[in-house]
Amino acid sequence: MATVEHARGRRIYEGTRIPSPIPTILQVDPAQHDLDDILTVNFGPNHPSTHGVLRLIVDLDGEHIAGIAAVIGYLHTGFEKTMEQKTWWKCMTYPERIDYVSYTYNGLVFALAVEKLLGIEVPRKATWMRMCMGELNRLHSHLIWLGTSALEIGAISMLWYAFREREKVCEIAEMVGGTRMHTRYFQAGGLAEDIPPGFFDVARSFCGQMAKGVDDYEAILNSNKIWLERTVGIGLLSAADAIALGQSGPVARASGIDWDLRRNMPYLAYDEVDFDVPVYHGGDVYDRYKVHMDEMRQSVGIIVQCLERLERMEGEPWIADDRKVVLPPRHELHTSMESLIHHFKIVTEGYTVPEGEVYVTVESPRGELGCYVVSDGGPKPWRVKFRAPSFVALEATATCMTDAAVADLIAVVGSLDGVMGEVDR
Amino acid sequence: MAYEAVPGVIETREAYGETTLVVDPARLVEACIHLRDVEGFSFLSDLSPADYLGWGSVGVAGYIGTAAGRDLHAPGSQGLARVPDPKPKRFSVSYHLLRLGDEPRRVRVQVWLDDGEDVDSVVPVWPTADWHEREAFDMFGIHFRGHPNLVRILMEDDWEGHPLRKDYPIGGEPVRFSGEE
Repeated sequence: MATVEHARGRRIYEGTRIPSPIPTILQVDPAQHDLDDILTVNFGPNHPSTHGVLRLIVDLDGEHIAGIAAVIGYLHTGFEKTMEQKTWWKCMTYPERIDYVSYTYNGLVFALAVEKLLGIEVPRKATWMRMCMGELNRLHSHLIWLGTSALEIGAISMLWYAFREREKVCEIAEMVGGTRMHTRYFQAGGLAEDIPPGFFDVARSFCGQMAKGVDDYEAILNSNKIWLERTVGIGLLSAADAIALGQSGPVARASGIDWDLRRNMPYLAYDEVDFDVPVYHGGDVYDRYKVHMDEMRQSVGIIVQCLERLERMEGEPWIADDRKVVLPPRHELHTSMESLIHHFKIVTEGYTVPEGEVYVTVESPRGELGCYVVSDGGPKPWRVKFRAPSFVALEATATCMTDAAVADLIAVVGSLDGVMGEVDR
Repeated sequence: MAYEAVPGVIETREAYGETTLVVDPARLVEACIHLRDVEGFSFLSDLSPADYLGWGSVGVAGYIGTAAGRDLHAPGSQGLARVPDPKPKRFSVSYHLLRLGDEPRRVRVQVWLDDGEDVDSVVPVWPTADWHEREAFDMFGIHFRGHPNLVRILMEDDWEGHPLRKDYPIGGEPVRFSGEE
């Protein structure tokens, strides 16, 4: 494998660093370390910098990490099993709680999977609103990532700046779906509600604030000496190792993999919007940070384009007109017997979904988020499986931690952007 | 696109715009190496097992019924519109592959296993399969031959049973009392 030369003169390693024979556990190499000097330290699961409850067992040789093993499962809540017991209609609530930071995407991928099985056509207003809310959620997720990861390695003020904008995203979500997070705004067939009055003004003003916000964050961090010391050249992952380890999203794009599902395999209406896919070649924590920052700028651009299109769709339907799947409008329940029956049947028995299996993927803020759904033709899913990008990202921890010092551990784990709810499901 | 050259393919299915290659479990690794090196599926997106115990026998009510008859204690219209197609064995393991690059494509490789049957690990082909296979073992009790570290990943090490199996009891777990021996 060729050495990747970076513009700033940094190099990613040659060959592969995936630990062998056990790919996800870095074992202490007796040739390099005196086993008597190894100090084994338990890190987590209740540690504020683990973004949840990740436990790492770290073998230290002085300051240096000689071995590492990740222990996960502390947040295992059995979402997949629970969803097998609920009707499709009730299941819509669950995916959003799996990755509680990018909840919109989890809801979206499940809705898309159900719609694929149903063969239901979604109105274009719903498609564009899904993109708009999705990109807002990407900002939400990246802001939480930026705030917490920067906080952990010493840039404490970043948390308050990032959460200033994040608060606005939550307010918009509340305006649209009624709650700040986990809105259940996406339904099979479209959206739960029409776009509320005043949405466009609030969203536009947020886009202006956000564009300026990203400039502010970069002004604080980009050339901050401490930030550079903590991030540049830390947590290296080469492109070949990233693919072998199934990395996607910002982690892969920081390792020089020019891949984004939104551009390469467009879904929703991503083929109709203009945006760039930021790619960096350093494969370190700093480049992961740069990818996140550039993606935030691109997301603002996509939101603006979505708002322009949505404004011209005033009065159009926001959910498919299929009474066997979609709840009837509330006002009809008082006047129409048929609507009342449909409402009752969907809520109590649920709708049935044709037999089959589908695998749907979207580009979530953490990368490739997949949903494998099997239906036996009944009112409940036979099997639901989520391909959680956080779960896969944590697999790369041991590889990224080669030659790292203990202080880098926090920076590396933060940069992989795992959300433990999604890791453990 | 044709996948005739893939070794060990038993059946090719097209449904919902997705291609499924059902592969002989004995030749899985061979097929995966071919798909990775010749067809360019360098990215293992997901490994999704499923348990089909009781497929088509529960939940069927109304006027359809199954081979086992109609459950008169669960009448109503909630049920299958038709009896689903039978499955060859109890477990399926689906490998969702992705080809990166200019002609992106997805394909699902599927193997069928009975309870107690092993399948070869694909960790040597895609290292990312490591945790996926551990999860499949943890949740379904499927054994992957040659996996470097096949231990539970989400449940505790001493957990009994495999929770995502269809015969795993739900709705409670045995309660242990403090005075118990």
